[in-house]
Amino acid sequence: MDIVLMFRFEIILAVLILAIFIMSLRGFDTNVKCFLNTMNVLLLLNFIAGWLPLSEGSYFSDFFRTNGLIVLQKNIINLGLLLISLTSYVWLTQSKYRLEFYILMLSSIFGVYVMLSSGHILMLYLGLEMSTIPIAAMSNFNLKEQRSSEAGIKLILSSAFSTGIMLFGISLLYGAVGNLSFASVIANLHPNVLTLFAFAFILAGFAFKMSIVPFHLWTADVYEGSPIGVTNFLSVISKGSVIFVFLTVLYTLFGGLKEAWLLGISILSILSMTIGNLFALRQQNAKRFLAFSSIAQVGFVLVGVTAASTIGSASVVYFVLIYLLSNIAAFGVIGAVADSTGSESLQLFKGLYKSNPFYALIMAVALFSLAGVPPIAGFFGKLFLLTAGMKSGLYVLMGFAGVNLVLSLYNYLRVVKYMFIDDAEKPLAPLNRNRQLTTALYICLIGLIVIGFVTPIYQYIDSLCGI
Amino acid sequence: MEQVPLSHILILSSTLFFLGVYGFFSRRNLITMLMSVELILNSVNINFIAFNKYLFPHQLEGIFFTMFIIVVAAAEVSISIAIIINLYRRFKTIDIEDTTTMKY
Repeated sequence: MDIVLMFRFEIILAVLILAIFIMSLRGFDTNVKCFLNTMNVLLLLNFIAGWLPLSEGSYFSDFFRTNGLIVLQKNIINLGLLLISLTSYVWLTQSKYRLEFYILMLSSIFGVYVMLSSGHILMLYLGLEMSTIPIAAMSNFNLKEQRSSEAGIKLILSSAFSTGIMLFGISLLYGAVGNLSFASVIANLHPNVLTLFAFAFILAGFAFKMSIVPFHLWTADVYEGSPIGVTNFLSVISKGSVIFVFLTVLYTLFGGLKEAWLLGISILSILSMTIGNLFALRQQNAKRFLAFSSIAQVGFVLVGVTAASTIGSASVVYFVLIYLLSNIAAFGVIGAVADSTGSESLQLFKGLYKSNPFYALIMAVALFSLAGVPPIAGFFGKLFLLTAGMKSGLYVLMGFAGVNLVLSLYNYLRVVKYMFIDDAEKPLAPLNRNRQLTTALYICLIGLIVIGFVTPIYQYIDSLCGI
Repeated sequence: MEQVPLSHILILSSTLFFLGVYGFFSRRNLITMLMSVELILNSVNINFIAFNKYLFPHQLEGIFFTMFIIVVAAAEVSISIAIIINLYRRFKTIDIEDTTTMKY
């Protein structure tokens, strides 16, 4: 019984994937609405099952381990999965390959779970690959579209290349340490040339996956070319899970090299924030705009990462939760606009408040949250990140973070101005609202308002990180 | 019998790695870029096996890692080839310079 509780996330997902295969044998997915609603209910059950009482420990000589923090991270991923499934409802009713979309998405999530609970670098590597390879197939989902296949090839090539670089680092680490289980790496890691080289290569690999600035060039194109549900998945779940794992790698695995990585991480953070925000200034495509905004947000996450302590990881997990909700809300609205007009230009948002007040309000809340405007949760997320970063005493980094807060405010307010002040030359007709998307947007809205004010949430995360 | 020293093997694998990186950045044909990635992965494999044989001969962890890398690389290549075939149908070319519908 204990083992079932420990593996419940993985078992449920495996059962779900098998169930989808059986549905395809029975031709169940031809009944579109019934199939999609069933999937949403199953994902909701999956999310609820995540909150069953947890048990801690490790199995298979540390290849699989779990604790409260890992369970919480998996729950956050589950929430994102449910919301993405709800927001891409309209797109999936039009697409021919609904079944494949769910299979690929769930396989990718399975990889994410393996990666999150890995206690050995082999499992970390396998999980990372299992989570990225299906996404490449997903981003090539509109088979008839040129830019979709371009996005797919860009994603798979850059991810294969980054994995190669990371593996080279891992092989050097193996030469220095001799055994790649986390415990043995922590015990045998000494700062010398070989381990520093190994760390640099591994950091470069992770930076590719998280699209930190010198390694961000694939992000905008992949985000723009992929279908909107996949972009949502990429920006929220793929990025969030890699950030979670990056925390483990940095704090636990390379905790001994802290002096070495502190400077490197701060430089990467400054570059990501500044370049992400500056490039977002001139974007006219909504997806591309959010791609550069997500690069800037990762820069902010790195500010919290430099704290290298409990408060660092607590603030990062908290911020990822808020980032997840605000990004899903923003992409949900963009998806609703794009589904009815067939274009994602930011110009379409002009005068959105007059034609579709509901969508405009949700979008405004999401953008304010991303910018960090006080009553909304994003402000508290950024506040905690900066407080955590203050602890390490890197004041230049803090200065850059402050400047970038202002820059990002200009970026996001530009879109809000489009929606509320500018008038459209050709106003949009009222967009049709379906129940699924509305539910997801309401969940995001409530989450964004509540999470900031309910202190127990942050205290809960903080207590889990302290273990 | 005298063994090849470890440093020679490491020089070989590093050369292979940087050849792969150079090829990835300089080649414009998608299949050749995939081949460069394979070069990188194989240099990693050589590294693992050499470290395993010379430094830690009492256990087989490096060799196991190599096997997993080969399997995952095969999966990655199959997905890439599928995407490249689809890309060829859309663009009628597999030159990366011509597949630029999105810029800035």
